[in-house]
Amino acid sequence: MSADGGTLTTTGYIQHHLTNLTVCSDAARDAAGHCHGFWSFHLDTLVISGLLGIIVFGLMAKVAGKATSGVPGSLQNFIEMVVGMVDQQVKDTFHGKSALVTPLAITIFVWVFVMNAMDLIPVDFLPLLAGAVGINYLKAVPTTDPNLTFAMSISVFLITIYTGLKVKGFGHFMHEVFAVPFGLKLAPVNLLFRIVEEIARPISLSLRLFGNMYAGEMVFILIALLGIWQLPLALPWALFHILIITLQAFVFMMLTIVYMSMASESH
Amino acid sequence: MNINATLIGQAIWFAVFIWITMKFVWPPLQKAMADRQAQIAEGLAAAERGKHEQELAAKRSADALREAKEKSADLVAQAEKRAQQIVEEAKGTANVEKDKIVASAQAEIDQEVERAKQQLRERVAELAVAGAEKILRKEINASAHADMLVALKQDL
Repeated sequence: MSADGGTLTTTGYIQHHLTNLTVCSDAARDAAGHCHGFWSFHLDTLVISGLLGIIVFGLMAKVAGKATSGVPGSLQNFIEMVVGMVDQQVKDTFHGKSALVTPLAITIFVWVFVMNAMDLIPVDFLPLLAGAVGINYLKAVPTTDPNLTFAMSISVFLITIYTGLKVKGFGHFMHEVFAVPFGLKLAPVNLLFRIVEEIARPISLSLRLFGNMYAGEMVFILIALLGIWQLPLALPWALFHILIITLQAFVFMMLTIVYMSMASESH
Repeated sequence: MNINATLIGQAIWFAVFIWITMKFVWPPLQKAMADRQAQIAEGLAAAERGKHEQELAAKRSADALREAKEKSADLVAQAEKRAQQIVEEAKGTANVEKDKIVASAQAEIDQEVERAKQQLRERVAELAVAGAEKILRKEINASAHADMLVALKQDL
């Protein structure tokens, strides 16, 4: 299974499964062909997450374009169920006025869910398929790439800051940064608290998703190493993982709504 | 864990998908769902109204039925009373008529009797004469009555 070197050691197998398909300019490549530095791309993450997003959001847009207020078809019904669930969460948590929060929450829940669901495809299936057409590395679950989770959480962080500025206005926003929670006299402490809080959010948001999915994938790989014993183990873990997949998508969505709500409400 | 330019690519994907959802997914779905909600609410309200109206109609029909029953009972009682009255009246008339008929019959009978008596009376003399003639014819002989006749002759 290990395409480079051809050895099938346990460590090699695991490492191979957890290596992204990386492209970079020749200048960033070392002697062994590995990419270093910032300017390299994880092609597998980019392509798989993009394809999944295009498929699922394209489908949703197509169904939504033909959506009827009469008796909905089964697909429209299903999409409405998901969207309605997200909207209900938004309504319960977010009391401000923003056209962005619900679409943002829908995007996060649906996209993270389908990317997490890649976990349920047997660990060797896609890498072997890719190997057959000459692609040596393939990490099939995009959410096990911290680049993706950080990209999402940082985007959410920026949107939160933007929403806070927009809803409260620059003056009120700055006042909150310097005067909450201890009053203006302790402005530096307040600022420090605020910075820690704001930085902790995207980090915890992205690392939670990444850690859960990475660990889950790791367990799948370890189970796949057990030979015949993987048969009774893979199914229960996959069933359990369905829960994790949904839960992580839900948690990411929910925390985003909460951050948005905090950004648009005064303390 | 190596952070690299994939981050930027993923952020772009994320932005694109948020834009798609915001532009093409959420608004039409929200509209469809809100419209359907309004339709269902309207339908439920209409059903409630219909139910209410049906209750009213049932009440009205029960009222009408009761009224009709009362009216018909009244009518029957009235008719019975009238029938009795008619019967009574008829009885009275019949009695009067009967008396009249009986009286006239009586008169006629009396008349008949009178007439029969008259006729009889008329015939009595005749019969008496005839009887007397027969008796006379049998009784009268000269010898037997000679004495009487002689006596008579002497009286003269």
